[in-house]
Amino acid sequence: MDTLTVAHFLAGSLVLLSFSLLYQDRLPPLINTFAAQSLVLALAIGWQAETQHAPHLLITAAIEFGFKTVLIPLVLTWIIRNLKIHRTVEIVVGVGPTILAGMALVGLAMALMMRATPGIGVLARQDLVFALSVVLLGMLMMVTRRNAVSQVIGFMSIENGLVLAATGAKGMPFVVETSVAFSVLIALIVTGIFLFRIRERFDSMDVAVIDQFRGER
Amino acid sequence: MGEFLNPAATVLILPLTSALLLALIPNYRVGAWLNIIATFATLCAAGILVVARPAGAFGLLFVDDLNIGFVALTSLVGFTTAVFSKGYIGHELATGHLKPAHLRYYHTMFQILMGAMNLALLTSITGVMWAAIEIATLTTVLMVGIYRSHAALEAAWKYFILSSVGIALALFGTILVYSVAQPVVGDGLPAMTWTILQAHAAKFDPALLNIAFVFLLLGYGTKAGLVPIHAWLPDAHAEGPTPVSALLSGLLLNVALYAILRFKMLFVGAHGLFSPGPMMITLGLVSIVFAGLMLYRRRDIKRFFAYSSIEHMGIIAFAFGLGGPLANFAGLLHMAMHSLTKSGLFFAVGHIIRVKGSQKFDAIGGLTRSHPLLGWTFVACVIAIAGLPPFGLFTSEFLVVTAAVEAQPLLAIVLVVGLLISLGALFICINRVAFGEPKGKVDTDEGTLLPIIVHLAIVLAFGVFIPGPIVNWFQHVSRMLG
Repeated sequence: MDTLTVAHFLAGSLVLLSFSLLYQDRLPPLINTFAAQSLVLALAIGWQAETQHAPHLLITAAIEFGFKTVLIPLVLTWIIRNLKIHRTVEIVVGVGPTILAGMALVGLAMALMMRATPGIGVLARQDLVFALSVVLLGMLMMVTRRNAVSQVIGFMSIENGLVLAATGAKGMPFVVETSVAFSVLIALIVTGIFLFRIRERFDSMDVAVIDQFRGER
Repeated sequence: MGEFLNPAATVLILPLTSALLLALIPNYRVGAWLNIIATFATLCAAGILVVARPAGAFGLLFVDDLNIGFVALTSLVGFTTAVFSKGYIGHELATGHLKPAHLRYYHTMFQILMGAMNLALLTSITGVMWAAIEIATLTTVLMVGIYRSHAALEAAWKYFILSSVGIALALFGTILVYSVAQPVVGDGLPAMTWTILQAHAAKFDPALLNIAFVFLLLGYGTKAGLVPIHAWLPDAHAEGPTPVSALLSGLLLNVALYAILRFKMLFVGAHGLFSPGPMMITLGLVSIVFAGLMLYRRRDIKRFFAYSSIEHMGIIAFAFGLGGPLANFAGLLHMAMHSLTKSGLFFAVGHIIRVKGSQKFDAIGGLTRSHPLLGWTFVACVIAIAGLPPFGLFTSEFLVVTAAVEAQPLLAIVLVVGLLISLGALFICINRVAFGEPKGKVDTDEGTLLPIIVHLAIVLAFGVFIPGPIVNWFQHVSRMLG
């Protein structure tokens, strides 16, 4: 396979795994699917490091692998087991409409990026389409899920899309720093979830239940 | 070595070293004083920066006429907030809302926030600005949740999730701007440097730059609290400590708008591009009208003024969306005046909450009779924020309306209707809080009203007479903004 094909295969797999995240209805498979997406992302970054001759991207790949493929899924699994969180994912919109909306979003991303990007390189352009799709699907997941853990997974998959875009942009500085910054952010979110639960502040991980206080309406 | 003596670097190094020191000092009284001293030193450094005005780039920092003014404003409001905060936290400790251990953490976050905001303003790299705004957001999230109550944690969580999404959108926009610039100016840092981006903007691919701006406007717009991505703002203002509300409304919203302005400046040099104006005008007008309506029937005084901040961010976005020298001038003036007035107003609200022991409107009333000085100061603040003469916000709102009438009379009607809606709500607020029979508890007010009076004096001075050099400076920046 030539360079482009491999990059496309990996980036396309990321989008497919984003769809797969959308239809998971139980938390453990959701976490596993997310781990798989992060693994594919780490491979995609490794491939970019090879083709762009940018060895520093290997650090980003290592962070993605170590942190998001191994550590975060383990911690999340540990949290849902120890805090006895409901293992089903509470959804706001049904799976069918969500998948259809997801397909529309991917179509939107393609229409937008393909029309707008004649000026930049083919590799970067295709990557931007895939990256934007992953970002939009992640957002879709955040709005269609009530469960805090699945919202966090939605956020992390948005971040996967961003890292894909950043590594696809040739020679972009601060990619490693950005992935470190995001890892810190995610670590804080996960710790937050854990701390909220451990202090018995909330009876449920369902954000709608946390939302008893909704401000004044 | 020269880098460290540079005033631009001092404005960053001072808050960050103080943050380290404050993290090590367990005594909260020493901490509160050190917080004041550190913000005062930063203010002095900012003063030196304004006087010396060492234009140009230093490493990852650069100074120009736009950011220097924001640094001065940020440092000034940071200092007065630190003074107010000292009295405020003393009372929170006495009532048991906060523990000394929380305060060590609070003061550290305060300084990190100041440093991060100055970094976002002074950096010459798009990516560093993004990171600085992320850090500023995280520190405020931690400060909003400091009371550890159910409502505070929830407000912090909502703020965290929404601003994380905003931050993600802004990063995608930043990456897109890099992808646009990279074929023109080459790989690496140059494609992320403001000055270089601006010099070559005319050669960028217009379609992709437009898409990038949409992401940046929505991303940083979330931080600026523009409707419909404002949902975190009222909760965060209402549930956090009052000094944090003052910093959020007075400074952090401005920094987010500054980020949008910087990216908007790329479009100035590029002719034949789709203008970012209409999007900003739409978001601005929607924010003004929506927030104006939401001002009615509020039960919580801090939430009330949080909606007022959304309205003012809308006015500013509208002004910059119109563009042109007059509207840009008005936008800049409004940013400065709103920042001073709103933070002063939150200080006054902090004092009111202290004497009444509640932040519900139901528990507050007849303030001019029970606490004349505090009551009348509050009335003056609300008149100022309503954009009535003789205060500076009147000048800026008048200029915005004038510019709107010149450019788009129909939009001007919507703008004026929005302003009148909120004016009505503000009058109702004055009437309930300041006049009539005193309601609720009437504890004595401790602590100084000096920070509020200083802010009001500046806003009043700007309403009566704006000094020539400042007019020139504003006009120069307005031309930079196109």
